[in-house]
Amino acid sequence: MSALAVLAVGIVVLLAIAAGGLVTRRGAVIYGACLAVTAAMAVTAAMALALPAASMVLPIGLPGLGAHLRLDALAAWFALIVNGGAAAASLYALGAGAREPEPGRVLPFYAALLAGMNLVVLADDAYIFLFAWEVMSLASWALVMSRHRAAENARAGYVYLVMAGFGTLALLLGFALLASGGGLAFDAMRAAHLAGWPAGLGLGLVLLGAGSKAGLVPLHVWLPLADPVAPPHVAALMSGVVTKVAVYGFIRIVFDLLGPPEWWWSLPVLIIGGMTAAVGVLHALMERDLQRLLAYSTIENIGIIFLTLGLALAFRANAMPAAAALALTAGLFHAGNHMLAKSVLFFGAGAVLGATGERNIERLGGLIHRMPVSSACFLLASVAIAALPPLNGFASEWLTFQAIFVSPALPQWGLKLLVPATGTLLALAAALVAACFVRAFGILYLGRPRSTVAETAAETDRFSLAAMIGLGALCIACGLFPGVVIDALAPVTQLLVGGAMPVQWQSAWLTIIPTAGATGSYNGLMIGLFLALVTIGTALTIHAVAGRRTRRARPWDCGYPNLGPATQYTAASLSQPIRRVFSSIVLRSSEVVDMPPPGTLRAASVRKTIHDPAWEALFAPLAAAMSGVAGWLNQFQYLTIRRYLLMVFGLLVILLIIVGMVP
Amino acid sequence: MIGGIVLQGVQMALVLLLAPLLTGFVRKLKAHMLRRRGPPLLQPYRDFRRLLAKEAIVADSASWVFRAAPYVVFAATWVAAALVPTYATGLVFSWSGDLIAITALLGLARFAQTLAGLDVGTSFGGIGTSRELLFAALAEPAMIMITFTVALVAGSTQLSAIAATMLTYTVGLRVSLALALIALIIVALAENARIPVDNPATHLELTMVHEAMVLEYSGRHLAMVDLAASVKLLLYVSLLACLFTPLGLAPPDAGIGAYALGLAAYGVKLAGAGAMLGVFEVSIAKMRVFRVPNFLGIALMLGFLGTLLLFVSRSL
Repeated sequence: MSALAVLAVGIVVLLAIAAGGLVTRRGAVIYGACLAVTAAMAVTAAMALALPAASMVLPIGLPGLGAHLRLDALAAWFALIVNGGAAAASLYALGAGAREPEPGRVLPFYAALLAGMNLVVLADDAYIFLFAWEVMSLASWALVMSRHRAAENARAGYVYLVMAGFGTLALLLGFALLASGGGLAFDAMRAAHLAGWPAGLGLGLVLLGAGSKAGLVPLHVWLPLADPVAPPHVAALMSGVVTKVAVYGFIRIVFDLLGPPEWWWSLPVLIIGGMTAAVGVLHALMERDLQRLLAYSTIENIGIIFLTLGLALAFRANAMPAAAALALTAGLFHAGNHMLAKSVLFFGAGAVLGATGERNIERLGGLIHRMPVSSACFLLASVAIAALPPLNGFASEWLTFQAIFVSPALPQWGLKLLVPATGTLLALAAALVAACFVRAFGILYLGRPRSTVAETAAETDRFSLAAMIGLGALCIACGLFPGVVIDALAPVTQLLVGGAMPVQWQSAWLTIIPTAGATGSYNGLMIGLFLALVTIGTALTIHAVAGRRTRRARPWDCGYPNLGPATQYTAASLSQPIRRVFSSIVLRSSEVVDMPPPGTLRAASVRKTIHDPAWEALFAPLAAAMSGVAGWLNQFQYLTIRRYLLMVFGLLVILLIIVGMVP
Repeated sequence: MIGGIVLQGVQMALVLLLAPLLTGFVRKLKAHMLRRRGPPLLQPYRDFRRLLAKEAIVADSASWVFRAAPYVVFAATWVAAALVPTYATGLVFSWSGDLIAITALLGLARFAQTLAGLDVGTSFGGIGTSRELLFAALAEPAMIMITFTVALVAGSTQLSAIAATMLTYTVGLRVSLALALIALIIVALAENARIPVDNPATHLELTMVHEAMVLEYSGRHLAMVDLAASVKLLLYVSLLACLFTPLGLAPPDAGIGAYALGLAAYGVKLAGAGAMLGVFEVSIAKMRVFRVPNFLGIALMLGFLGTLLLFVSRSL
């Protein structure tokens, strides 16, 4: 049986599991089945990476069209990301799902979401693609609404539904444009690719459609609302995997179906990518709700991925396949890395939520003593997502910087000016991410507990820990052996940009090199080994020379002992300098300090406000305009009969004039 | 191969052994210029030995992060320093990381250090961490832009290759390199907690940045933190020397004479840089914390300008 057939059967089984979720309330059965199926599908997808493209037509779907499915290298890579993330989330849910208050609202939609995402990746005609896209959107909407009784959740669900509907509409129009040349099947679109302004319009529609699902600024507003209110394992899926499916949709349409790119296509992608990275991380730095913080961090990473895609488009338009392959490899690698790290982070956040019932990090602290294993996994994933060596996040970021480094060869002036600017934004974002995760980990797990729930928290269950440890190990493996991942991505770049990075497996000591002949190189294995050896060696040497005498005492704190936990820095105070320097411009953050004069008994207060420019500049006016128009139209409901008759008569006259004018 | 490993080992030992000396030299020089006698030149070594002999006091609320951090900080800094050419280029492990990797290794050290600052849960640890994160948020991107600038001039991000290109005299004087030099000096001052950004000699409570972060450390842990700080200072001096005054650097597979010359040149460069640092520090005042972002913003802007110039024309 071919790999494609295995994946297709897997989708059918997932749908059957979804149906089973309607019958049984036992999470263990459903999640166990999902784990088995998605793990098998992940293995199949990994093996299919190196295989030639395979396609099949099933006699379902639109009459006369059928359902086209295709598995090429790009689909295989994203099927690997989808099913890898899904398997980890299912394993996590075996433990965490048991804490779900109403499993009946989660189980059927969970399996349906997995089936929908897999079908998007395999779809080879516009009808199946959009159908699967909608299944994915609606299933995740239902999951967001699974705890619908809180007003906040209902609002999140509403915003999510509106944004999902908007995105699908944009994709629908985009596919209509693409299908104008031949038909709905992707093969026909590839053969009759667009050119000129229709292609540019198609790019814009795809940016809107896929970008709204991926969380690009300014269409990101649903992500930080929806992620926190979904059950933890679903939040991990939505942040780590659903956004990657959106990235897949963008790559599939723009790199594969839309035809040879023009150089200016890269401009909007680069600008939006850079903006998304910077705005996402600044929001994350200001956030005190752990799940929302992680959601904003997802937005930032999506920005980085789109930045690399923009670079790849520019290189491809200028017939530089080696550089295009470098940029595209960086983006695809980063997509996988982000899935790994962000899933662990959401699992850790879910474990904290389960143990304390608290999402506000200001009321936690000191959890490293109570939750040693999950905190270690969270720390590892933080290092990975902060792009620090020797883990995987740095490997993909290094490739991104190398791609920027070769971009002065681009001939267009627009790009010559824009690429250094986006490079600066990327460098800023990279530094701010590290600050963001020092803050998240430091306030959440380190320090002294700020509440009794934090003091009495307990470590989470074994299934959750297994999922976190498994993905954490993959973070380390991809960081030490980035060459393996790069080589695995070679068929994908060959397919999309007609070039590939040099074969890394053969280079001496498994060093990775960005382009043939480049002297810049990085060796994750060597750096990792060196770091480990020096750390352990130094610790052992120092202990041998100086002994291990250690005395536990009260904190010194410059001679102020016995100060309570409330004197610690909080998350808000930790990021206050960064807020003052960066956010006062971008997010228009402001502080109002109310210090009563001596003698008054009023309490002093500090109030800080943060504005989301996207929400205020785009959505609030849009909503206001909508309700204004609706209010204006509303008056036509309460007119007298004479006025209605007058309007009917006037309309009739106008129609007669038009009919008369048309020959 | 064996010879290569020996040369690499010499480099690693060199940076480790010379680092406290450079710190002591700068201290002694500053004291002299202030008409004080100052501590002996070898005082940092004595401090190290004395701290090792003491017991380590660890706060009740500290976790394993606090105890592991000094070793991680030291390891990341030392590995980074081992990748910067000091007396010879093209050492056997020099290809395992380029300038971007060196920046990221220092980022790893900072990650561990700032977490340790938060671990005990005191207000001073928090204040130091908070400010360090702000400075890093500007200094690190500035460093990346400097990397781009020098790498675009030399056509490589690998330090050995950059130094080799700079040695060929075809580079000449360039605007972009001048911008990168100023930016790198600013970043080096900020990263090493020197005046005007931070004062390495102060324990004046409200002005501390680096010292506030490591306030809870004692004994062997403090010894490692101090040693790592010295190595970091040496690393930045070596980086400046390797990028902008690569004279005397021994090429790969050179003879023993070239290596001796490289060592001598390196000593001269260290002394010169240390003297300049000392003179600079006594002749300038520390600035307020919220003026530092402007100072570092200059570095970021200069780095960006340098890169932009090179995107526009490879000859600028």
